[in-house]
Amino acid sequence: MLAVFKRELFSFLSSSMAYITIGIFLLACGLMFWFFPDTSILEYGYAEMDGFFSLVPYLFMFLISAIAMRSFAEERKEGTYVLLATRPLTDLQIILAKYLACMVLVLFSLLPTLVYYYSISQLGLPKGNIDTGAVIGSYIGLFLLGNAFTSIGIFASSVTKNQIIAFAIAVFLCFFMYSGFDSISRISAFESISSVLVNFGIAEHYQSISRGVLDTRDAVYFITFVAFFLGLTKLAIGGRKW
Amino acid sequence: MSVIVKNLAKHYGEQKAVNEISFEAKPGRILGFLGPNGAGKSTTMKMLTGYLQPTSGQAEIVGKDIQLEPLEVKRLIGYLPENTPLYMDMYVREFLGFVAETYGLKNVKQRVEEVIKLVGLTQEQHKKIGMLSKGYKQRVGLAQAIIHQPQVLILDEPTSGLDPNQLSDIRALIKNLGKDKTVIISTHIMQEVEALCDDVIIINKGVLVANSSINDLKEKHAQSSLEDIFKKLTL
Repeated sequence: MLAVFKRELFSFLSSSMAYITIGIFLLACGLMFWFFPDTSILEYGYAEMDGFFSLVPYLFMFLISAIAMRSFAEERKEGTYVLLATRPLTDLQIILAKYLACMVLVLFSLLPTLVYYYSISQLGLPKGNIDTGAVIGSYIGLFLLGNAFTSIGIFASSVTKNQIIAFAIAVFLCFFMYSGFDSISRISAFESISSVLVNFGIAEHYQSISRGVLDTRDAVYFITFVAFFLGLTKLAIGGRKW
Repeated sequence: MSVIVKNLAKHYGEQKAVNEISFEAKPGRILGFLGPNGAGKSTTMKMLTGYLQPTSGQAEIVGKDIQLEPLEVKRLIGYLPENTPLYMDMYVREFLGFVAETYGLKNVKQRVEEVIKLVGLTQEQHKKIGMLSKGYKQRVGLAQAIIHQPQVLILDEPTSGLDPNQLSDIRALIKNLGKDKTVIISTHIMQEVEALCDDVIIINKGVLVANSSINDLKEKHAQSSLEDIFKKLTL
């Protein structure tokens, strides 16, 4: 399993695709958070990162879908999955290896944004006046959100040979799982079960962690979420109908 | 007996890709697996290597059932898939090292060194796989199949698309490997079967139509050439 993980990671790092997507992600983050007046922290005037943490999920939808789209789709297209499937590895090990390799990349893209925390704490008045607890909570939230989106991306990649289709499916599923349930719960017909529906969505749990409240219910939600989509991936891969 | 297949079948809905075939392969002998395109050769090989799950029936590789102990079986088999899929963006040594690691081999570097020499890749070992010619890709495919010193080798059309020089090289290599392993090889070239194989099985539309040694098969069909026998049995 370690061998597959290493191969996946190296093939990411030796292709320009990873650097370009992460670069664009960081560029977009920087522009939105520091320059564009509508969302800029400098215009906003408070030493908080809330704006950043509500933006990143939407950027993540594209970043993570782009990172994960090739994982199975490419193997299916090139017929190389047989090279992995006939080794002494279970399907689940292969899925986990690919999943973890994608997660490492997501962490790489998140790490540089820690600079924002330092900058803002320097800009605060007085210096260092920033709610560190909330920032830590939000980063944990982002990490869990990244896990959830990666599992969606891996699943989307396993159902098609075409990377573009995998990307499109992943972006839509991420968006729907993130804020779709929120929106559905506001339809008046579902008023009676709206609190249940909201709980299905990622946004509700992400925001609850971002508030700095670490609740086991949220942790259980994310673990179940990832297990569900990786389980679906196993089903899609197990049939070998390609 | 190192490969025992009993009533192995694979159905896709109504279509019976492989219909209850049984055969055996012995160590130290090369078994030729013949049949027209679409007869079910590759499907059978994919089931033996654990890539596809059989619909029914059993198969044993060196005493281990393919469905009960799939991971053990995969360690015992070296497999060269049809059309030799490889990771084109990897370097030859990098790829072979990766394969060796998936088997958890201890002396990875040394084994990579050995198989590179064995299949004659020394000159091309620092190239990217995507840059290699077809013959050398085929050698990389063979190298990844034998790197963990498997007892059973399953080669799906290992010589398709090679030039005559490469052909005789690869054949010599397979012959050599066949001395102490059980080799199952599928091919469409009848001269190859006569040059390489000790035993033959012929499969047509998922059904076994011949299963014996080459000499017995020829005797039974009154010395006609292998090509004629093949036509007679599969048309």
